[in-house]
Amino acid sequence: MDAVHEVSGRAIPFGLKNVDTDVIIPAKWLKTITRDGMGQGAFETLRANPDNLFDSPEFKGSPILIAGDNFGCGSSREHAAWALLDLGITAVIAPSFSDIFSGNAFKNGILTVVLPQQAIDRLMEVARTDPVTIDLEHQTVTTPFQDRFPFEIDPFRKHCLLNGLDEVGLTMARGDAISSYEDSARTAMPWLAHPHLHQGEHAA
Amino acid sequence: MATRPRTLYEKIWDAHVVERREDGTCLIYIDRHLVHEVTSPQAFEALRLAGRPVRRPDLTLAVPDHNLPTTARRDAQGKAIPIADLESAQQLAALERNAPEFGIRLIGDADAEQGIVHVVGPEQGFSLPGATIVCGDSHTACHGGLGALAFGIGTSEVEHVLATQTLLLKQSRTMEVRVEGDLGPGVTAKDVVLHIGGLLRASGGTGYVIEYTGSAIRGLSIEGRLTISNMAIEHGARAGLIAPDDKTFAYVKGRPYAPNGAEWDAAVAWWRSLATDPGAKFDKVVVIDAADIVPSVTWGTSPEDVVPITGTVPAPEDFADPSKQDAARKSLEYMGLEPGQKLTDVEIQNVFIGSCTNSRIEDLRAAAKVLKGRTKASNVRWAVVVPGSGLVKQQAEAEGLDKVFIAAGFEWREPGCSACLGMNPDKVPAGERCASTSNRNFVGRQGPGSRTHLVSPATAAASAIAGKLADVRELAES
Ligand code: SF4
Repeated sequence: MDAVHEVSGRAIPFGLKNVDTDVIIPAKWLKTITRDGMGQGAFETLRANPDNLFDSPEFKGSPILIAGDNFGCGSSREHAAWALLDLGITAVIAPSFSDIFSGNAFKNGILTVVLPQQAIDRLMEVARTDPVTIDLEHQTVTTPFQDRFPFEIDPFRKHCLLNGLDEVGLTMARGDAISSYEDSARTAMPWLAHPHLHQGEHAA
Repeated sequence: MATRPRTLYEKIWDAHVVERREDGTCLIYIDRHLVHEVTSPQAFEALRLAGRPVRRPDLTLAVPDHNLPTTARRDAQGKAIPIADLESAQQLAALERNAPEFGIRLIGDADAEQGIVHVVGPEQGFSLPGATIVCGDSHTACHGGLGALAFGIGTSEVEHVLATQTLLLKQSRTMEVRVEGDLGPGVTAKDVVLHIGGLLRASGGTGYVIEYTGSAIRGLSIEGRLTISNMAIEHGARAGLIAPDDKTFAYVKGRPYAPNGAEWDAAVAWWRSLATDPGAKFDKVVVIDAADIVPSVTWGTSPEDVVPITGTVPAPEDFADPSKQDAARKSLEYMGLEPGQKLTDVEIQNVFIGSCTNSRIEDLRAAAKVLKGRTKASNVRWAVVVPGSGLVKQQAEAEGLDKVFIAAGFEWREPGCSACLGMNPDKVPAGERCASTSNRNFVGRQGPGSRTHLVSPATAAASAIAGKLADVRELAES
């Protein structure tokens, strides 16, 4: 995974609330078996309108998306994160995100920044004409007009993003701890630790 | 660890902590992993590229469901009928390849046990009370109806669980949704959860795990509890939970993967100990009077857009929040509805009874009871019943329910996700309306331009007969 320190550039002043993952990537695009090329289907319904923001010369390929409350709600599809990445979006700023989406975004190296609605309103205004900068190290969002909005981020996520760490590899390194949990579960909760398919009932 | 009183959620959580980090993030052990064909190919691809094995294939079960056509899958000679949609076929083939390659049991399209993952897990006893259960699917919360901590994950997490059998998680806040009292006639579990969704709104549960409690919830069958928990995600919650009790144990007992003998007794003793302690604190409590709940239906394009079947379509001005007004305007346009219109005047062209929310035997019985001796209205172009699994289908056929449906003008199909989402051939045409027992009424969910009204199986059946959204209570009285 690529390390993320700063995301800077034009930000798409999208602003819509309750954008569900069906809007980000319609169900028909889920039928892939690899991750690439998903950007074609990103926001497909909205982009059917020729005047959409995503394809406007000004915002096409922008690295930042500014959205409304509850961004990424609905289906758990990680394709939503791949679609954003494939569009070139590596950071999303919103007043709130759905839990599953922000997890999926993080795991794909997309920075999700939560800011209060007033800050979002201001950024939406700036974004129409000027760039926005997200500094992960210092946890701030700034504009060329001396706006400076601090944001919170989970320290572990920050560490992983700054260092481009792969979560699966990090956890695999904790294999001993997992094995010792499994050993104790085998005695404490054997029915969970070892499911048996009973003979004669529904054996495959 | 006799400490402060704990909730059901906290007890399950504590029993699954492998490691706790300073910042409170925990490495949580996952007891059961359900895998379907849509969210797994890229996870297996990543494992293959990194040369990583699946840590516990014995805790993993693969079932195709989303893409499978619900028409016959084998010809008279028992040969597989090819799937027309190339991409669907590709995803299904990937699962059929990946499962054996990584040592995972696959319940295939021709097996009697095949069905929607969230129907199959409980039915096979693979999903158990007190277990941590994940699946790359947001309606995994469903299994919480058994008292399991179950939640949906994305493909990267699927990969993480396959490789490590764990997930890195932060503990959620807890919410109690207590429904007290008796449900009125014609009011089902689906109406209860739609009603809750209307109150909590689509994001009211964000950051929470909800425990549904109260006499109305305890009074529900396990099927009904699975229906409730299934839709926890539609209030934004990470998971839904219902405390396991004697009904739960009776449901689980004797299922293929359920413990037996001495293990069974030990399991039941542990399951009993999981109930929320008296005095345990929830971060938020919502109390609902069961008497306030009537058969419910959605009018818009978010599951929070709920009204009683006796109600009217709201006007955008009815909402205080300007952005909700805007959303309501868009929803009304998409749905082709006028403010003030009575819901029972809304004509439908399609009826879908199925999905992981409402495709269990009890759901089919409820619909068949309404349909018995009646037929669908002539303006209902397509009415379909899609059982949640092959075993549900067999059971329904043994009870003669299929005959009731067919006599009423319904199609009787093979198990799968079907018209719950537009991934397989079962779709609602653009501009047409569907009374649907599924869980999402998003724009385009049942096919591009489709208009979904979420309802209970009984309401769906009553609506099929009326040709309009209908109040099942009136039908019962007539
Ligand atoms: S039935 Fe619908 S909600 Fe349930 S798993 Fe299938 S697609 Fe998802």
